[in-house]
Amino acid sequence: MSQPESALADAQAGGRAPETLAALAERYGLRRAIARPSMPAYLRQLWDRRHFILTYATSRSVSKYSDSALGQLWQVLTPLLNAAVYFLMFGIILDQRKNIEYYPAFLITGVMVFTFTQRTVTGGAKSISSNLSLIRALHFPRASLPLAYTIQELQQLAWSMGVLVVFVLATVQKITWLWLLIPVSLLMQLVFNVGMSLFLARIGAFVRDMNQLLPFILRAWLYASGVFYSITERTADQPEILRWVLEFNPAAAYIEFMRDLLIYERFPERWAWVTCLFWAVFALIAGFWYFWRAEERYGRG
Amino acid sequence: MAEPTKDELTEGGTPTVIVDDLHIVYKVYGAASDAEKGNAANALLRVLRRQGRPQMKEVHAVKGVTFVAHHGDAIGIIGRNGSGKSTLLRAIAGLLPPHKGAVYTNGQPSLLGVNAALMKELTGERNIVLGCYAMGMTPSEVRAKYDEIVDFSGIGEFVQFPMSTYSSGMGARLRFAISSAKTHDVLLIDEALATGDREFKRKSQQRIKQMRESAGTVFLVAHNLDVIEETCNRVIWLHKGKIKMQGDPQEVLDAYNKA
Repeated sequence: MSQPESALADAQAGGRAPETLAALAERYGLRRAIARPSMPAYLRQLWDRRHFILTYATSRSVSKYSDSALGQLWQVLTPLLNAAVYFLMFGIILDQRKNIEYYPAFLITGVMVFTFTQRTVTGGAKSISSNLSLIRALHFPRASLPLAYTIQELQQLAWSMGVLVVFVLATVQKITWLWLLIPVSLLMQLVFNVGMSLFLARIGAFVRDMNQLLPFILRAWLYASGVFYSITERTADQPEILRWVLEFNPAAAYIEFMRDLLIYERFPERWAWVTCLFWAVFALIAGFWYFWRAEERYGRG
Repeated sequence: MAEPTKDELTEGGTPTVIVDDLHIVYKVYGAASDAEKGNAANALLRVLRRQGRPQMKEVHAVKGVTFVAHHGDAIGIIGRNGSGKSTLLRAIAGLLPPHKGAVYTNGQPSLLGVNAALMKELTGERNIVLGCYAMGMTPSEVRAKYDEIVDFSGIGEFVQFPMSTYSSGMGARLRFAISSAKTHDVLLIDEALATGDREFKRKSQQRIKQMRESAGTVFLVAHNLDVIEETCNRVIWLHKGKIKMQGDPQEVLDAYNKA
């Protein structure tokens, strides 16, 4: 029946007031298709999707290197080459090492720890905007995507840590009980990274220029995080406040924490614990909440 | 726009999907004409003049569609390219928010579109697992369905090879096999049956029939009118985002063919 005819039929049927469609939907218990789930429901949905998140992360790692000749070997080669380049630049050419004990280990710990956060944040920022077709085709809690990207980087981190530990053993030649705290340090950093990548996933989804801008922001962050130099030493004759600001930087805190454990046999100070824990908890809660607030709007553009 | 008649509201028992005066507007990026897009100088001028991005266009894809679907319905949606068919399906699936109006559904309608989750560099085997998880299946469901999916797709030992080595027919078969492995209350199919050989077409029509009997409501978008005629009991003809005609497949298809 074409439109004019059906309108005519309606008019003819007249008499009894027609039930509105909204009322009909109500009567049969039908609900609107678009609605943001409550936070507890959202967390439950996310937990139900844990297999998808894990499989998606693994699949991405596998397919990432599938067209290169060396394949999965790049998982080890990437951190090795990364460390070699930085060591050549800052260790040999710029010769920073004068005042810092075990400078190569100092430098490479910094690079590896920072790279973990850097790669997770970069991946998170792209996780929504580069998966629009997936978002428009299937139903799942959107936070699965930034989480999957984070897990993919976690798998990469396992290789980087292996390289790092071998390197520290070769240069510092000490192993202590403090190494048992390394997983704790990585866990705090991981939680921080999850929060950051959720936060940036939403920004990256709606601010399309973010992916162009992000490399510069991250490089500035890298230079401010004491990867190549010791913050304490550099700020020795500066105002105290500058040192506090630099040391409160989450990346710097996680790097220092790891260096204490891995190289300098120091139990991290209470201040370091507080900073690392604070950033992990704060980033996770704020990032998750911020991401969830826009749940129903992803993929709309 | 098109108010459903009393007949449509009451026939067939329980309604499963109600679409009430639905409008969908979405933004498209990168749709600029050749003169507007291009170099950095133009882009800078635009920023200085505080103009928006010309690449961003709003498309009013669905303009006031109203209908009610019932249990056991298989509804074909036809219309020319760009008439809003796929957009309408996505809106029913709850993947595109309505600009105006509403879609009411029972449970979660699912789009038969697992394609986006699959990765062509990976083997068929991995993709089956990934696709099933993407649709929200549990590990035990995946194990139970795995063999059935491989059998149904008929790709045989190719399941061990990356999907990038498949012919387009094989790829389409595997995708249909994966996405139809899950039972859905309301199933939305967008051109899934366009490829594949005769034998596969027969099998997939069989499966749609089964799903329709067991599940509830099936929506089917296709350019191939034979498929619609054989599977659907009702047809909606969309033209430029509005319903031009709906009702018995034979009548609507005849009118569509004449137009």
